Amino acid sequence: MMYSVSQFGYLVASALFIFALHWMNTPATARKGVYAGVAGTAVAVLVTWAEPTVIHHAWIVLAIVAGFAVGVPLSKVPLTAVPQRTALSHAFGGAAAGLVGTAEFYLRLGEGAEGLTPFRMVALIAEVILGYLTLTGSLMAAGKLQEVKWVPQRPVTYPFQNVINFLLLGVAVALAVALTQHPDAAWAPKVFPVIIVLALLFGVLLIIPIGGADMPTVIAILNSYAGLSAVAMGFVLDNKLLITAGALDGSSGLILAIIMCKAMNRSFTNVLFGAFGQIQKAPAGGEQKVYKSESPEGAAQVLEQANLVVIIPGYGMAVAQAQHKVRELYDQLKKRGVTVKFAIHPVAGRMPGHMNVLLAEADIPYTDLVEMDDINYDMPQCDVALVVGANDVVNPAARFDKTSPIYGMPIIDADKARTVFAIKRSKNPGFAGIDNELYFGDRTWMLFGDAKAVIGELVKELGAK
Amino acid sequence: MTSDFWSTIYVFVLASFIGLGVIRRVSRLLHTPLMSLTNAISAIAVVGAILVAGGDHPLRIRILGAIALFASMTNIVSGFLITDRMLKMFKSDEKPPSTELRAGR
Repeated sequence: MMYSVSQFGYLVASALFIFALHWMNTPATARKGVYAGVAGTAVAVLVTWAEPTVIHHAWIVLAIVAGFAVGVPLSKVPLTAVPQRTALSHAFGGAAAGLVGTAEFYLRLGEGAEGLTPFRMVALIAEVILGYLTLTGSLMAAGKLQEVKWVPQRPVTYPFQNVINFLLLGVAVALAVALTQHPDAAWAPKVFPVIIVLALLFGVLLIIPIGGADMPTVIAILNSYAGLSAVAMGFVLDNKLLITAGALDGSSGLILAIIMCKAMNRSFTNVLFGAFGQIQKAPAGGEQKVYKSESPEGAAQVLEQANLVVIIPGYGMAVAQAQHKVRELYDQLKKRGVTVKFAIHPVAGRMPGHMNVLLAEADIPYTDLVEMDDINYDMPQCDVALVVGANDVVNPAARFDKTSPIYGMPIIDADKARTVFAIKRSKNPGFAGIDNELYFGDRTWMLFGDAKAVIGELVKELGAK
Repeated sequence: MTSDFWSTIYVFVLASFIGLGVIRRVSRLLHTPLMSLTNAISAIAVVGAILVAGGDHPLRIRILGAIALFASMTNIVSGFLITDRMLKMFKSDEKPPSTELRAGR
């Protein structure tokens, strides 16, 4: 009887989760999706807690209270820190899967071959390896995003890196195979921790050769791993809700990772094993190129005369905390009848969709946030392209310079606008360590300075008119 | 075991197809909230953690379960809260404020 109740509860929860994701297809219904997700989770937790096999409640209550105590502050981080929080939550998800897998292994060990069938054993080891590698990999990614001192930002490489990594994984898989064949051997309880240590180590080694610019893809891939570890847990526990929820999470991470890879014209293997983002050596004998710069007064005059202004934001805008000034500029221009659109590159920001959230926080209507492919169609008609803290995503070298590391990456065609203003703090190369051709273009004028201060000047100039 | 095995594989494959279909239609505007939402949803691993933490098991096993339960619960709470917080910020400008409120129903 109780079995039917809990299975029915899990079925309801699965349906609610699917609806939750379905409602995310437009911002108008998206919040309904959150409520469906909460309802599904609540149902699943309650029917599980009511299981007759659950007899100790003190630890459960304590863990739930602690989860709230940590979870509530974690949900209040600034939006610039959302990528780190997301990476951290993948780490927590991985840890949960790894720990439950570990507990299950030692529990079933007592049952001998009965409890540890080959299928269950394979699922269990997959859960443990995926869980623990997601734990350390995500912690590394979170450290890189948070710019923690002892986590190197630039890729760390050494000879035979990929060979060494795969040897490690190979050893773990070989041990796993041995364990699957002899789960009741005397050495089994001793080999299992070795697999755990190898998985933890593999997670670290997988992330250190990957540079900061690739973190959006890495987060998406780790999201997928976290989902798959939940699927594996579902196989171990024969729980279809876990399998469904994990599969939804896994496919979400996969799709986001594919979108990120396409947006950078890279392949999965290239992101994971390519060590992209090392500092480029400057080409020898290159001529000194010169920037043209413009004053805020001059730029304000041009902006005022424009019909269509396209603002191209990058993560630099968020670093300078310039979103709210950008919003003021948007208001000033709108007031004068200028059409203002924001061009959003899929990898603007530090995780998929990050830039949209940062602009939405500044009260910019989402109807004016335009995707790269759509805005590129309008760029030749654009009077002014204003680049705020973006760099690689507007670099025309991606189109023609075969030696450039970003060659082939789809970009926002800022250089096709009649006038380009680029706000830049200094003359250093961007996140990916590459020089930008756009800044030397015939129609480009640089506005040097802190993004927030420069846009503040522009707003002041426009306001004075 | 064999029928169990096949039915779980079945569920996994079908759920993956549903996932790919549904996620592909999610607005690109919402990919960040999508990630925090799927994160909270996959923290349903809490179910496994409750069974381990609350079962009639040795203490050290239950402690592992309790830590897993804490980790999952943190993801559930922070995941849903931050998703809602971000989604609240998305406003359209094509409708007057009164219908905008209703659009969020």
